[in-house]
Formats: sequence, C-alpha cells, structure tokens
Amino acid sequence: MDKSLTMPISGPAISGSNGSRLQAGPQGKRPRKVLSPRNIIVYGALGLAAIYYLIPLYVMVVTSLKGMPEIRLGNIFSPPMEITFEPWVKAWAQACTGLNCDGLSRGFWNSVRITVPSVIVSIAIASVNGYALANWRFKGSEIFFTILIVGAFIPYQVMIYPIVIVLREMGLYGSLYGLILVHSIFGMPIQTLLFRNYFVSLPEELFKAARIDGAGFWQIYFRIMLPMSLPIFVVSMILQTTGIWNDFLFGVVFTRPDTYPMTVQLNNIVNSVQGVKEYNVNMAATLLTGAVPLIVYFVSGRLFVRGIAAGAVKG
Amino acid sequence: MAAHTQPGRPNQLFRNLNSKIASIPMMLTAVVIFLGGTIWTVVYSFTNSKLLPRLSFVGLEQYERLWDTPRWIVSIQNLATYGCLSLIFSLTIGFLLAALMDQKIRFENTFRTIFLYPFALSFIVTGLVWQWILNPEFGVQSVVRSLGWTTFTFDPLYNSDIVIYGILIAALWQGTGLVMCLMLAGLRGIDEDIWKAARVDGIPMWKTYLFIIIPMMRPVFVTTLVIIASGIVRIYDLVVAQTSGGPGIASDVPAKYVYDYMFFAQNLGQGFAASTMMLLAVAIIIVPWAYLEFGGRKRG
Repeated sequence: MDKSLTMPISGPAISGSNGSRLQAGPQGKRPRKVLSPRNIIVYGALGLAAIYYLIPLYVMVVTSLKGMPEIRLGNIFSPPMEITFEPWVKAWAQACTGLNCDGLSRGFWNSVRITVPSVIVSIAIASVNGYALANWRFKGSEIFFTILIVGAFIPYQVMIYPIVIVLREMGLYGSLYGLILVHSIFGMPIQTLLFRNYFVSLPEELFKAARIDGAGFWQIYFRIMLPMSLPIFVVSMILQTTGIWNDFLFGVVFTRPDTYPMTVQLNNIVNSVQGVKEYNVNMAATLLTGAVPLIVYFVSGRLFVRGIAAGAVKG
Repeated sequence: MAAHTQPGRPNQLFRNLNSKIASIPMMLTAVVIFLGGTIWTVVYSFTNSKLLPRLSFVGLEQYERLWDTPRWIVSIQNLATYGCLSLIFSLTIGFLLAALMDQKIRFENTFRTIFLYPFALSFIVTGLVWQWILNPEFGVQSVVRSLGWTTFTFDPLYNSDIVIYGILIAALWQGTGLVMCLMLAGLRGIDEDIWKAARVDGIPMWKTYLFIIIPMMRPVFVTTLVIIASGIVRIYDLVVAQTSGGPGIASDVPAKYVYDYMFFAQNLGQGFAASTMMLLAVAIIIVPWAYLEFGGRKRG
C-alpha cells in the first residue's frame, strides 16, 4: 500500500532496499552471507535499540492488564498472570479528577470536539494561504510569510498572555471555540509552509493554462489545486491530528476543568496526590490517551514520515 | 510566477484582491499574534504588573529579581544541562541509527516504525510511562534488586541531583526517532557515487562517514539542530507529567516557571520577564541560523 503512494513532496525518496538492483542489472558486490560479522553487528545494534524503544509500550500494556496485588508483588516487566480488563473500564468510566469521577471518557470527547474542528479550520486556512503564497504572490506576501515562519520558533509562553487577553475581550476565553482558534493560529506556520511548498512543486503550466482559460483565484483553487493536492491534505491532517491531540499547554491554559482535553485530564488523574495510586488504571488511562495518535501513526505509516520530513527539511 | 503582475497598473491595493483576502488570516496571525503578542510581552516585562497587566514601568527590576530567584537559576541550569546533553545524544543516537538503517538492511520499515512511534505520542504520555518505569518501588530499580543486586540504586525521579537525567532518558526515547528520520533522509540524499569513489580509494567506512558524509550533510545537521534546540527551550509538558518540577524545585524548567508565575503566583511581571528571557534564548539560536540560511541565499 505504501509504495503506490507517490507524492511529489520534495526531499529524497526513501526507496526500498532491493528495487533498483533489478533495473540496474548485475553489479555491485557479491551477495553476502547471512551471518557475516557485519550483519550481526548491524542487526544486533538495531535489535537492541528496537527493544529499548518498545519496552515502554510493552510495560504500559502489561501493567494495564494486571491487578493491583500482582503489581505490588511482581516486577513491571513480567507478563500478567491473570489478565484483567478492569483497569481499562475504570480508567475510561470511573477514574477521578478532583470531584468528577466519570473517567477519561469526558476528556476523550472533549479532545474529539477540540481536534476535529481545529484540524478542519487550520487546514482550510493554511491550504488557501499556501496557494496564495505559491501562485498569487503580492507585494509583502513574503514578508508576512517570513514573520509567520520565524514566529513558529517563538516559545508559546511569550504569546500566551496576550492571547488570553484577546480571547477574553472576544468572550471566548475558557470555551472550546477559543482553544480551536488558538490551535488554528499555532498550526498555521507549519501547515502554510507544507502547502506552499507543495503548490510550488506543481507544474506552473497548469496554473498558467487555467489563467488563460479565464479561471480566477477561487476557481483555480477549487477546480484544479484542490483535486490535485489530496496527498498533502492527508499528510497535514495526520500532522495536525496528532499535534492537537497531544497538546497540553494550550489545553491547560485556555480551557476550564469541565472542558479539559484528554492529555490534561490524564495528567490530573495520574499525578493527583489524593488516594491510593492505582498504577494499572494509570497505565490504562495513559494507553487510552496515546491510542488515538498511535492508531493514526500505524495506519498512516509512511505518510507520517513524509509529513514530518516535508515539514522539517526545507526545499 | 509574477507573470500576472504587470507594472504600471493603477489601484495597487485592489490588484490580486482575492489573494489578499485569502491571506488575511495569515497576516493577522503574523502581525497581531506573533509580532504584536511578542512585543506586548516584552514591553510589559518592564512593568510591575501583578494580578493584572499594568503599564507602570519599573525598568529592569523584574529581571534583577528574576536572576536573584534561586528557582529561576535552578531552572536555567536544568535547561542548560538538559539542552546540551539532549543535543549531543539525540544527534549521535539519531545519526548512528540512521547509518545502521542505511546499510541496505531488511525490515527497514519495521525498524523505522519502531523507532518513530514514540514521536507520535504526547510528552504527557511519555512522561507518565517513564515515571512508572523509573519508579523506584516497582520499576527498574526494584527489578534489578530482585535479581540479587540488592544495593542497586537508580531512582532519578526522586533524587534531586540526577532528576534531570531521568527526564533526559524519556525525552530521548520520544525524540530520537525524528532525528533518525531526518538523518536518514539526509543520508539517502547523498550520491551513491561518493560511496563508490570512497570504496575505490580504499577508505574505511567509518572514515567515509566521519570525513566525507557528515560534512556533506551539514545542512541536514543544521536544520535538525535548530528543530531540536527550539524544542528544548520549550520543554514543559514532559516535566509536568514526569516530576511536576520535583522533587522540590529540582527539575524546574523556564517554561514551567513562566507558567506558574503567570497563572498561579499572579505575578505577571515576573512571568513576562522570564518568558522574554526564553525568547532571547531562542533568538540566540535562530538569528545566526536565519542569517546564514536566508541572508546567504539572497546573495548567492
């Protein structure tokens, strides 16, 4: 599935290991033995690294399936003797934050209500912006774009308080709409860059032909650019969905306890001082919160990589 | 691209009007939020705002107080330690993994999926998992002790001297996958002929990497460095989730200091001064890079 998706995002393609050998004919070194010392070192090192990266996920899953008595007795790496799904149920429906004991489900639905509109709004804005910057430059457009990109590096803490004031004046402070607006604003630099680079990479003749045929700004956008840019929409949707879902700072600043997104609620559940610590419930809650970006990541596979590579490496 | 802009036409403002309308959100964001917000914060950092922002200037008093606060010094030291080590380790590990992945191996996709999946997770999830793994009562320490080494101590999150390394472990787990991916893209961008030439000349592989490939990958390294560095200055969620700044204030970081002073201590002036210092730190990283990157391009 991955290999059929060809996208003209610039940057070196990460090609399959043996695809080119067939076209190029017999050349290069002789095939190596499977158990050469070099292979042992390479695969050994990669395998060890892979274990390090997988351990936390494994520990999360294993812990969340154990009962508390077993956790107190055993070690965190041992698989559960008796598998129980009770921690998951409890994390979803009963875990307490402060006085509310309706579990993470509330945070989940809050996050959904934040993420979906934020992703749609920010992508809609950024794609039109990128299109304007790529094909309809006007005097000063590059200056604004430069400010936007430089602004992406400014620590959020510098801009948070002015935004609090602006939102308070607009009557949006503490509401989900305010947070959606904030996510749309801070998603703009990277998204605009992504779309601009994509539209610049499209053949200019297309745009010129449409212009000669008399199409205007919006007509070209909706009839020509939009249908051609499905892959980049998917990429930016992946980036935005994981980014907004994982946000913590904006959630904690711009929402109230009953509209807290999932990450904030999770942190409050796990790091609450009162009560007996239920590590299995905590880990189930952590997994539940990580589930959405993980699913997005595993389903999207190579597109995710393309997204971050296109966003990070310029040109 | 500028074919449609003919010189000498009247009404400059209305030319290309749709494009300008479409760019309004971007212009507003860039000017009002990014530029305006930043200037606003910097200006108010010279006032003695407490609960509400007030324009009564006190000069550099907030900054003097900031640098006299032990908590700020601790958070700066933490950021420096964490930042240096994080840069060194994530670049090294990221490059090594990328070099290993570039050996025409099998299961490349599987390995990449494994190395990169933590990057999809939030810092909150990362922090909480590692808080659990590093828990001295149940985690790594207790497991090693149960194996027979009963004096083994590894409790970074409860020891204020080494707590920042506990955070570093988690941060590296989360972020090195991204560095690996960027480095791998850089390695793939290098011409095969370079490798062939090096092989013909009989240069050993490690020397080729060290003296030919890495210098050739300078742009990739610089970009990665900027990305990691601006992420380091921002570090906040991870600390909140993993240690809440504790034990005591031992793992405090500037971003947390700013947040606490703005929203809990109701000492806005301190918060603004501290966030301006963060801005300064980023500027020190970004300005030389932007100058090299964009200033050089115009001339070239």
